[in-house]
Amino acid sequence: MSVRTLRIDGRDVASADGATVLEAARVAGVAIPTLCHLEGLSPVAACRLCLVEIEGSPKLQPACITPVSEGLVVHTATPRLREIRRTVIELLFTEGNHVCSVCVANGHCELQDRAVEVGMDHARLPYRFPDRPVDLSHPRFGLDHNRCILCSRCVRVCDEVEGAHVWDVAWRGEHCRIIAGLDQPWGSVDACTDCGKCVMVCPTGALFHKGDSEGEKHEDPSRLAALQRARHARQEAP
Amino acid sequence: MTGLRCCASAGCLARGSGALMGVLETAISRGELGDQIQLRPVGCLGPCSQGPLLALDPDGDLYAGVDPQDAETLVAALARRLHQSSDQATPLEWAPARGERLDLRAPFFQRQRRIVLEHCGLIDPTDLEQAIAVGAYGQLERVLQSWSPEQVVTELQRSGLRGRGGAGYPTGLKWATVARMPGARKVVVCNADEGDPGAFMDRAVLEGDPHRVLEGMAIAAYAVGADHGFIYIRAEYELAIERLRLAIEQAVDRGRLGAALFGTGFGFTLELRVGAGAYVCGEETALIASIEGKRGTPRPRPPYPAELGVGGRPTLINNVETFANVAPILREGADWFAAIGTAGSSGTKVFSLTGHVRRGGLVEVPMGTSLATVVLEMGEGSPHGSAVKAVQTGGPSGGCVPADRLDTRLDYESLQSLGTIMGSGGMVVLDQNTDMVALAAYFMAFCREESCGKCVPCRAGTVQLHGLLEKILAGQASQADLDQLETLGAMVMDTSLCGLGQSAPKPMLSTLRYFRGDYLARLGAP
Repeated sequence: MSVRTLRIDGRDVASADGATVLEAARVAGVAIPTLCHLEGLSPVAACRLCLVEIEGSPKLQPACITPVSEGLVVHTATPRLREIRRTVIELLFTEGNHVCSVCVANGHCELQDRAVEVGMDHARLPYRFPDRPVDLSHPRFGLDHNRCILCSRCVRVCDEVEGAHVWDVAWRGEHCRIIAGLDQPWGSVDACTDCGKCVMVCPTGALFHKGDSEGEKHEDPSRLAALQRARHARQEAP
Repeated sequence: MTGLRCCASAGCLARGSGALMGVLETAISRGELGDQIQLRPVGCLGPCSQGPLLALDPDGDLYAGVDPQDAETLVAALARRLHQSSDQATPLEWAPARGERLDLRAPFFQRQRRIVLEHCGLIDPTDLEQAIAVGAYGQLERVLQSWSPEQVVTELQRSGLRGRGGAGYPTGLKWATVARMPGARKVVVCNADEGDPGAFMDRAVLEGDPHRVLEGMAIAAYAVGADHGFIYIRAEYELAIERLRLAIEQAVDRGRLGAALFGTGFGFTLELRVGAGAYVCGEETALIASIEGKRGTPRPRPPYPAELGVGGRPTLINNVETFANVAPILREGADWFAAIGTAGSSGTKVFSLTGHVRRGGLVEVPMGTSLATVVLEMGEGSPHGSAVKAVQTGGPSGGCVPADRLDTRLDYESLQSLGTIMGSGGMVVLDQNTDMVALAAYFMAFCREESCGKCVPCRAGTVQLHGLLEKILAGQASQADLDQLETLGAMVMDTSLCGLGQSAPKPMLSTLRYFRGDYLARLGAP
């Protein structure tokens, strides 16, 4: 394994060739906020929270897909980046209906955590209060579009890990919505294996177990990594 | 032989040139003049705002505003002239009842240099033989028989041709990059997803001279080592789609496309892909996803399509006008092409001149021509004694050039320094009564509607920016709102995933730069 040495926030970091800046930073203990990224799923670089400054590059680069290279000089927490992250979180809060006090994920929500981290104590932009539906047609799970941030983790986990491809993104722009099957009620989609991986990886309370009350949903994305390690080990075994 | 060329492009067809051709044909056959007057449909003749347009050969006259009612008198006048003398140089004693014979000495015609459009308006786009008669596929044959792919790439590089889709990336360099990529099965894609409001250059080329684009693609395929190509065209361009389908069919039948072309081992097949109404699919990675049958959303670059394109294969993507430049460059030589235009931007550029302008239409001028020449001389300025306030170039990704900067030359760098872009060639003239805030709000609404929704800044940011602009328009905004507009605009530009979001705030920031007064006058709240 060849090693690349780079500099992240003034610290020298050694990283395996082929790793991303995000992976290198995490190994080095530098926290870069993410939302759409999840270890074990293909990266999409859509939430833009992990944008970093790279010396010599005029454009900000998403750490989740930017490969490390020798001598790279990365800044992850400049005032400009802090302002961008706060604005991204504000844009997410104002485009949906995120009411923590009545949310199943309250206290265990990645969006909430990121808001605290970036210091978003209020929104400077107006809330849009969109009219969004809730799908409770599945016997075990529910989908509340009001809380969805369109990170597409559910789409990817269902396609890439479960292999069922129940979920997709439909429409475009502000009208984007996660759909089951061909925009059917979730409960009527035969392809769904009821495995619950989408619920497991959802960073907010958008996908939840029926019966969960306020603050009772504990998402557990680390189980995904464990599952993939186990599968990998089994494939490698003779 | 007397020839009548009638514009059969979308603009003139909409103004009734289809009916005109019908009655002309009837009148000609009734007068038994079929062997003396040849009527043919052709591509765009130029001043679209004055259509239906009709050209007369061998006189070379161009008539504007020709109605179907004029057909009888025209054919009668032609018959008289044919009867009276064998000398066709006698000027025709005729004018359309409500139209006019255009003065071809006007700057609109004199200032043009038609390379891309050289055969547009001359040949019947549905007739391959006419295209071949003026040289179509001649360069492909010559290149296949006597040039190496490397020679073609070098020639393109030396010509200095830059991408006509808007970004101005050096075409030869792009070809060289794809050519260097490993893999035997590469792909050539023509981006015909022209979607900027007010832009119709590519449509005119495809409707008027489709074989030129096919030839350019085949030459590109030979140069980079591709065997298959796609033309990605927006579904709204029904006529262009119809003519492309026919052109591909004809080219295959005549051995201009397909396997073993011109007796060589080189083969190239071509497929048409019709979009489904998403502007973002003009972005190359979204376009590739759409060709692959996936949701048309962009992905981060790198990897660039040259490395990872359609079906994971190295892919060359160029715009319609870029491909249309290839055959003339090879025919006349790179030096000839490089001598046209400016040092950094060689060749010509086709613009669709629209908006508050007396004479609108399709013009092709050398790079480096000033905006004043195009808008004030060729377009003859704004109508009804009104004055030009600004010229919008580059559509939703571009910006405005104010009237006092119309001396700006049309090349990639000059426009960039003014905060706008060359873009694909849409040029919308705005007169003194234009509300620049409303204009900015219009373009922001466009981007809001066309955002794919994948990345947060573009999906949610364009909505907030549009809301702020609407608030200013309603007279309810404060200075703080204006500040927020600029801050958020800069953030959306800096952080969006693809070109759509990265340039969505440009029309707004550009009008703020030159017409801040329009905004300040709208601020109502304290």
